[in-house]
Amino acid sequence: MNSVFVYCEIEDGQVAEVSMELLTKGRALATELKVKLEAIAIGYKLDGIEKDIFPYGVDVLHVADDKRLAPYSTLPHNAIVVKLFQEEKPQIALMGASSVGRDLGPRVSSALHSGLTADCTSLVIGDHEDKKADKVYENLLYQIRPAFGGNIIATIINPDCRPQMATVREGVMKKEILDPAYKGKINKLDVSKYTSDLDFVVEMIERHMEKSKINIKGAGIIVAGGYGVGSKENFNLLFELAEVLGGEVGASRAAVDSGYIEHGRQIGQTGTTVRPKLYIACGISGQIQHRAGMEESAQIIAINTDPEAPINSIADYVITGDVGEILPKMIKFYKANTK
Amino acid sequence: MKGYKIIILAKQVPDTRNVGKDAMKADGTVNRAALPAIFNPEDLNALEQALRIKDKFPGSTITILTMGPGRAAEIIREGLFRGADDGILLTDRAFAGSDTLATSYAIGQTLKKHGNYDIIIAGRQAIDGDTAQVGPQVAEKLGIPQITYAEEIQAIDKGMVTVKRRLERGIEIVKCPMPLVVTVNSSAPDCRARNAKLIMKYKHAKTISEMQEANDDYLHLYNDRPYLNIKEWTVQDIVVDPNELGLTGSPTKVKKIENVVLQSKGAKVITSSDEDMDQLMRELIENHTIG
Repeated sequence: MNSVFVYCEIEDGQVAEVSMELLTKGRALATELKVKLEAIAIGYKLDGIEKDIFPYGVDVLHVADDKRLAPYSTLPHNAIVVKLFQEEKPQIALMGASSVGRDLGPRVSSALHSGLTADCTSLVIGDHEDKKADKVYENLLYQIRPAFGGNIIATIINPDCRPQMATVREGVMKKEILDPAYKGKINKLDVSKYTSDLDFVVEMIERHMEKSKINIKGAGIIVAGGYGVGSKENFNLLFELAEVLGGEVGASRAAVDSGYIEHGRQIGQTGTTVRPKLYIACGISGQIQHRAGMEESAQIIAINTDPEAPINSIADYVITGDVGEILPKMIKFYKANTK
Repeated sequence: MKGYKIIILAKQVPDTRNVGKDAMKADGTVNRAALPAIFNPEDLNALEQALRIKDKFPGSTITILTMGPGRAAEIIREGLFRGADDGILLTDRAFAGSDTLATSYAIGQTLKKHGNYDIIIAGRQAIDGDTAQVGPQVAEKLGIPQITYAEEIQAIDKGMVTVKRRLERGIEIVKCPMPLVVTVNSSAPDCRARNAKLIMKYKHAKTISEMQEANDDYLHLYNDRPYLNIKEWTVQDIVVDPNELGLTGSPTKVKKIENVVLQSKGAKVITSSDEDMDQLMRELIENHTIG
C-alpha cells in the first residue's frame, strides 16, 4: 500500500529507456518517503524481464503476460493498471511521457479520479499549506513542468486525490542502477481477471517501427540544425562537422517539420532532452520549446544570421553569419589545430 | 445519404507559438494579454479530418464543441467558415479553474446530454496547457475507445474506423468500432482555408449572449435563419454534480507559477573571420570540450 509505482513501457521485449529513468527517480522518491518502489510490466513473453528491472531497486514487479497485450493498446493496459491501482492504492504513479504514457496516463487518471501532470521536468517531495481549509499536507509530490508554450514553469500538486500521477519525457531524468543484485518479488497477474473481451475491440492492422539507430541523448557533442539550414542537402555539412568532432546531429522541430531531417533527431519539448558538453546550434532561432530540450548543455555555440535570435541569449559563443560559410571553417581549423 | 455525426472538441487558446518582442514585457516575462486568441492548431487538424469524412459521406454533420468564456464563440464561427455545420459553446463561471479532469467531466456530461455522436475528434493537445489529457479523459468518461496520435482517418466501413497513427519511431494502422474519440497530431494535413460562401452565410452567427450585446437590426435575422444561432449551454443545460466542476472538481492544483525570464548569459560575440574561427577551435580544444 502507498507505494511509488512506475509503469514500464515494453518495446520489443525490452524495458524502454524512459521507464528505466523513471525507475531511478521512483527509487529516490520511494526512499525519501520510506515506502516501496513497485513496477508494472504489461506485454508478451516477459519471462526474465525482472532482470532488467530489479537492479533499479524495485521491491515488487507486477507482470501481465499475454499475446494480446503487445504491442501496446489502450483498453487492456488501462484495465489492468486501473484495477491494480484500485487494489494496491499507490500514492505516486509515474509513466514516460511517450505516445504510450500520454495515451494511457490520462485514461487511468480519469478512471481513478486522480490528478495527472504531463511532461514534468522535475519531481520533488514537499509540504503544502492550504490556508483556506486550514490544512497542512505533508510529503506531497511537487510536479514541476513548463506550460503556456514553455513561457512559464508551474508547480502542480494533488493534495487530496490518489495516486498523484505524473508523466516525464525521455532524457529528463537520469538513469542509474541501484544495485545489480537487488531482488524484489514478482506478482504474476491473471490477465483474465483484469481484462474483459470488450477491452480487445481495437484491431492492429499494420505496424512499421524503425529501430532507433540514433542516440543523440548520449552524445557528448551535438551539432543541431534548424529551419535556417535551409534544406536536406545543407544538413550534410552538419553531418560532416559532427563526424569530425565525434558528435551527433540534432535538429529543431522546424527543421524536422520541413522535411530536412528525421524526427529521431528532434531536440526540444516534443523531441529529446539533451545535456551535451557542447551544443552547436546552426540556423536555430531558439524558440522556448527548443531551448527546453538543450539549455542545460555545458557550452552552447549559436550560429545564426539573425543577431537577435533568442538562442543567442543562452549561448556562450554567438556567431552572426551563414552556416554554409562558418561550418567549413570550423572543420578546417579543428583539423589544423588537432594535427 | 450516408453520413456520420462528428463532434470536434476545440479550444480557443492564446498564440504561444511565436512569442515575439511585442509580447515580452520589460522584465523578460510574457504579457499573455498581448497574445492573439486563436483556434488551437491541432484542433484545426482535427476539423480537417472531419471535413474529409464529410467530403466522402455528404450526409455527415460536424458540430464544434468548445468550453470557454464568451469570446470562444469566435472559433465556432471560424469552424463554420471552413465547413462545420453548427456549434455549441459551453460556458459558465462554474467551470473557472478547471484542470483537465474537471474539463473532461464537463465536456463528457455535455456529450452525454447531446447524445448523437459517431466520432469525436480533437487535436492531440492545446498549445497553452500542452497536456494532451482532455481527449483520452473524455473517452474514459464516455466509456468509449480512444485512438491518439492520429495522422489520418483512412476509412469508415461497417461501423469500424481505420486510423493511421504516427508514433515516435513509425506508424500504426488500427481499426476501431464507433463511437470513439480520435486525437489528431499536427503531422496530419492542415485544415482547408475558409470558404467565401460560408463566410457570407455564417458571418452573423452568434450565441445568445452575443446577440444581446449586438445591434437590434440583426435580431430578426436569427428568427429567419436558425443556423445563425450558436448554441450556448451553461450548467443549467447539462446534468452535473457541482463538486466535479471548476477548482473544486480539480484534483490538480497550481501551487506556484514562475515566469521564464530570458536572461543573457553574457555571450562572447565572434565573427566568421578566419582568425576568430581559428581562435574558437583552439579554445574549445584547450578546455577539452572537443578534441
